This record gives sequence, C-alpha cells and structure tokens, in this order.
Amino acid sequence: MAEPESPPRTDSSPWNWLLLVPIVVPLLTFLYNYDEPRLGGFPLFYWLQFAFILLGVGTTSLVYQMTKKRGRP
Amino acid sequence: MSSHITEIVVFSVLFLLVSGMGFVAARWRAPQDMAHLDEWGLGGRSFGGWITWFLVGGDLYTAYTFVAVPALIFGAGAAGFFAVPYTVVIYPLFFLVLIRLWSVSHRHGFVTPADFVRTRYDSPTLALLIAITGIVATMPYIALQLVGIESVLKTMGVTGDSAIARHLPIIIAFAILAAYTYQSGLRAPALIAFVKDTLIYIVIAVAVLYLPYKLGGWGAIFDAADKKFQASAAPGDGILLNANNQVQYFTLALGSALALFLYPHSITGVLASKNRNVIKRNMSALPAYSFLLGLIALLGYMAIAAGVKPLPGAKAGSVDSNTVVPLLFDLHFPAWFAGVAFAAIGIGALVPAAIMSIAAANLFTRNIYKEYFKRDATPAQEASVAKITSLVVKVGAVAFIVFLDPQFSIDLQLIGGVIILQTAPSVILGLYGRWLHRGALIAGWAAGMILAFWMLWQIPNAATGRRHFGGSAFALSEFGLDTKKTIYVGFVAVLVNLIVAVLATFWLRVMKVAPGADGTAPSDYFADEGDPRIERETSTTVGTVSST
Repeated sequence: MAEPESPPRTDSSPWNWLLLVPIVVPLLTFLYNYDEPRLGGFPLFYWLQFAFILLGVGTTSLVYQMTKKRGRP
Repeated sequence: MSSHITEIVVFSVLFLLVSGMGFVAARWRAPQDMAHLDEWGLGGRSFGGWITWFLVGGDLYTAYTFVAVPALIFGAGAAGFFAVPYTVVIYPLFFLVLIRLWSVSHRHGFVTPADFVRTRYDSPTLALLIAITGIVATMPYIALQLVGIESVLKTMGVTGDSAIARHLPIIIAFAILAAYTYQSGLRAPALIAFVKDTLIYIVIAVAVLYLPYKLGGWGAIFDAADKKFQASAAPGDGILLNANNQVQYFTLALGSALALFLYPHSITGVLASKNRNVIKRNMSALPAYSFLLGLIALLGYMAIAAGVKPLPGAKAGSVDSNTVVPLLFDLHFPAWFAGVAFAAIGIGALVPAAIMSIAAANLFTRNIYKEYFKRDATPAQEASVAKITSLVVKVGAVAFIVFLDPQFSIDLQLIGGVIILQTAPSVILGLYGRWLHRGALIAGWAAGMILAFWMLWQIPNAATGRRHFGGSAFALSEFGLDTKKTIYVGFVAVLVNLIVAVLATFWLRVMKVAPGADGTAPSDYFADEGDPRIERETSTTVGTVSST
C-alpha cells in the first residue's frame, strides 16, 4: 500500500551546497577577532557577527527560492 | 519591597493574562478529538508559518538564555558571544537535515526522535537510550527556566526566609503552568508564545535604543567593558577572544547548534508544523531571534557600563550574576516598564518549560511506556499517559530548584548539552543512511558518554573555586598536549563516539551480526503534506513492509 507516485522524489540540488557558507563562515574566528574598524561604536568582532546573521538569512532564502519548484513536478 | 510594588503589579497582571490564555488554548484551532497524542503532544501537526515562528522562537530562545547569556558576557566578555554564531549556524543545518526528520515522521507518525531510531535501526534498545538521554538532558533545562523566573523575582525583592516561602511564587507559577499544559497540550505554549515574544521584542527594542543613549553611546559601553576586563586578573576575559579560547569558541558554537537540534523540545516544535515549506521558510525568518539574542547578550556590557553589582547568590560570599539584566532594567527603566520587562522574562520561561515537559512526556510515553509496559496502547491511552507524565516532569523540575542548590541544575544542564550530542550519530546520520550498525551506535554512545563525564569532571572553575564541572572548556593540556588552548567537551566526545561507531560497525559486519530491518523507504525522507500516512504496524510486521 501507499507506493510512492511515479518518479522517485528527491530534494538534492546543487543549491544546497550554498548552505555550507553560513555554516562555516561564522565559525572562522580569525575572520572577525578584531576591534577595528568600529562601526557605530561596535568593535568589528560584534558588528561582523551580526552581519553573519544577514548572511544566513540571505543564503537560506535564496536556496529556498531556487529549490522550491523541484518538489512538485 | 514597597519600592517594587508597581513592578510586581504589572508583572502579576501580565502573568495572569497569559495563564488565562493557556486554558483557552484548548479550544483554539480545536481538534475533533483531543484524546490523541498527535493533538495533545504535537498540536495536530497543523501549525502554519506564523505559529511555527513564534512557537520555535519561543522554544529555542528560553528565559534562561535571556538571563544567562548576558550574565556570561558580563563576566567573561567576548567568549559569551558564541550564542550568535551558534544561532546562525543552526538554521542552515535545520534546513538541510531536520526537514528529513519532519518528512519521515509525517509519513510514519513518529512523535519523537527515538521513534525514528526505533524504526530506522529496528532497535528498541537504541531507541530507549535515545529516549533516556533526551529526558535526562531536558529535565535540568526545565529547572533552569525556574532560575530565570527567580532572578526576576529576586530583583523585585520577592524573597522569603524559609526555603518554602522563598520558592512559593515559582511553585504557584509552575502549578498554573502544569494545569494548562495538562489541558491544552502544545496549543498552550503556541498561543502564549505570541504574547511572550511580542513583549520581548518591545523590551529589547526599547533597551537597545534607550540605554546606550543614557550610558553615553555604544562606543562608551564597549570601552567601559574593555576597561573592566583589562583591570581584572582573570586570563580568559576581554572584549575580544584571545589565543587560547578561539577553538573553544567555535567548537562550542557548532556543538551547541548540533545539540539544540537534537533536544526533544526543538524537534517537537518542528514536527508540529504542517508542511516542509513552513519549516524551510522559517529557517529564513527565525534568525530574527538571533539578532535579538545578540542584542540581549550585549546587555551584559551595558550592565558593566552602568555599574551594576549582581545580587548575592545562594551561598554566602557568592554572587548571582544572573541578576545583572533584571538589575539593569530595575535601575534604568521606569517602574511600570521594568515590570513589563520582568513579565517578558517570566512568561519567557513558561513557553519553553511547557514544550520541554511535553517533549519529555512524549518520549516517555512512546519509547518507554508503549515499548515496555503496554504494547497495544490506544492513542487515547497514549495521550493520557503523556499528560500525567508532563505533570510529573514539572514537579520534578520544581523539586530540583527548591530542594537542591540551583548550581546543581546549571551543572546538569551543562552535562545535558554534552550528552544530548551523543545521540547525533544515531539521529542525524540515520537520516542520511544506515551504514552504521545499531550495535555500533550503542557502543559509540556509551564511549561518548563516558568520555564526556570524565572530561567535565576534570574541569575546575577558578572563579567559583570549584574543582569539578566548572564549565565546558576543556584544557587540551589534559590530553598531554603542550598548549593552553581549550576545546568544547561535547565536540571531542561526539568525535570519539563517531570513531567508535565506525570501527565497531566494521567489526560487527565482519562478524556478520544482523543489522536489523529498515522500516523506512528512501522516498519517506521527502514526503510532504498530503502524502498518505503509513499506518503504524506492530513491531513484528515492520520487517515485511520494508522488504519491498
């Protein structure tokens, strides 16, 4: 019972590899362990890590948009 | 106490309002039949984008986080900011991995990660270990939510002389929480999360605009913190990382992300959403909370700049650094707004506490009660066992805080994060394949657990003068390496866990030990809303279904 419909489904897509960027970049402490330049009083250590949040949002949104249609043939 | 009367009134009114909502929640999106674990324990698996956002956000970013992260920044500086990379890394991981767990659970009606492991590896023993690990890791986490509420109550001067008098407010709060969770299940925290998160966003928006203005700007705040750390004798603090704690920083961020992912309460939140797209879209929207958390973390520096002195702790001579944020609010906000802020933290404790107790109850019901006590339990029996278990779990959490030193719960939560990571090879890798042998996974789990306990035992804490369980930063010199660098315990333990699992798999394969039958099909991992549900077979027929 309940056999899957005709083509075997998959969610693999080359776009998924892009998600490695927001997984790896925030872990590279040598990128952001500096005080200068400051931005609005924030040392680089803080404002750049806040910027990584935007990087994460941008990447997941892009991958979602690019892989959305593949689910329904 | 009289000076805090406005705060107490505002706090109480908001708290009661939310409690009322908790009871009404049973009728919100009312199901046909509440006497089913899918309804009570997963809100009918029906939550859309907005509800999921509030629910998972309210679930992952707990009151304790809101109090403890700034306390860490207050004490140690940059090292405490790991919370930000941690909550950036987690969403792409969810996006890739957890979505598969949602699909396979949707298809098979799994309620817990242990359900999945049970069917995937055909091993009730492995499932039992996963379930027990989950329950043990969750219990102290619930207790810590009470620590969050207490830090607020303490600041408002609500204390007493005897242990019972001092804890009476949280006992009452938890009794109310227990009652409406019993009645409404996951719908209660889902509805309350709207109020909690709205309050938190308002409070933080005001705090990050208003407080820097009063304290002379962000630059002055960071400079004040820098000055404090320069003057302190502790080697590890500062507004930047130093040469020795960078490895700890990123391993802790990554390890915590993987751990959060495996905690039963986050999986419960995700399984309650109605389809794959809801989850995927939320992975782009949930980082809004990470932004919030980063700003909350910086409240620790504001407390330094404002010259906050933490209240005394439970033991003479110690300080309770968890009180720095409540004190900062108390000092700088008008009384009524401080009351709102305190209510945000207090209510913030209720949402995760409810979800955690539901998650622990689901694990007990599905993987212990149904597996070992009553094989033929009906959905209605499952639901009623889970409801009672959720009460027991909360009583246990309150007992932890009332009868034991809160430090004990903090230690246990530290251990909890490390041990929940030991379920990663079974659950995460299991979603991608089942090359690892079930026996090998059990061996790896045991190795990881033993190593983790040994490492945590070795860690002293100079600041509090304790010799064991002083933190999660393990000095690599203990392994005989000639360095002062530190690393996150969970990270090492899970690596060893994985190595043992791989080696044992080779060995078990050579010995031709039966690997068990896989109860899932490859397409199950991509199933979506509308796909037919496979009715759960009894354990004896799982093998025949999968043999096609």
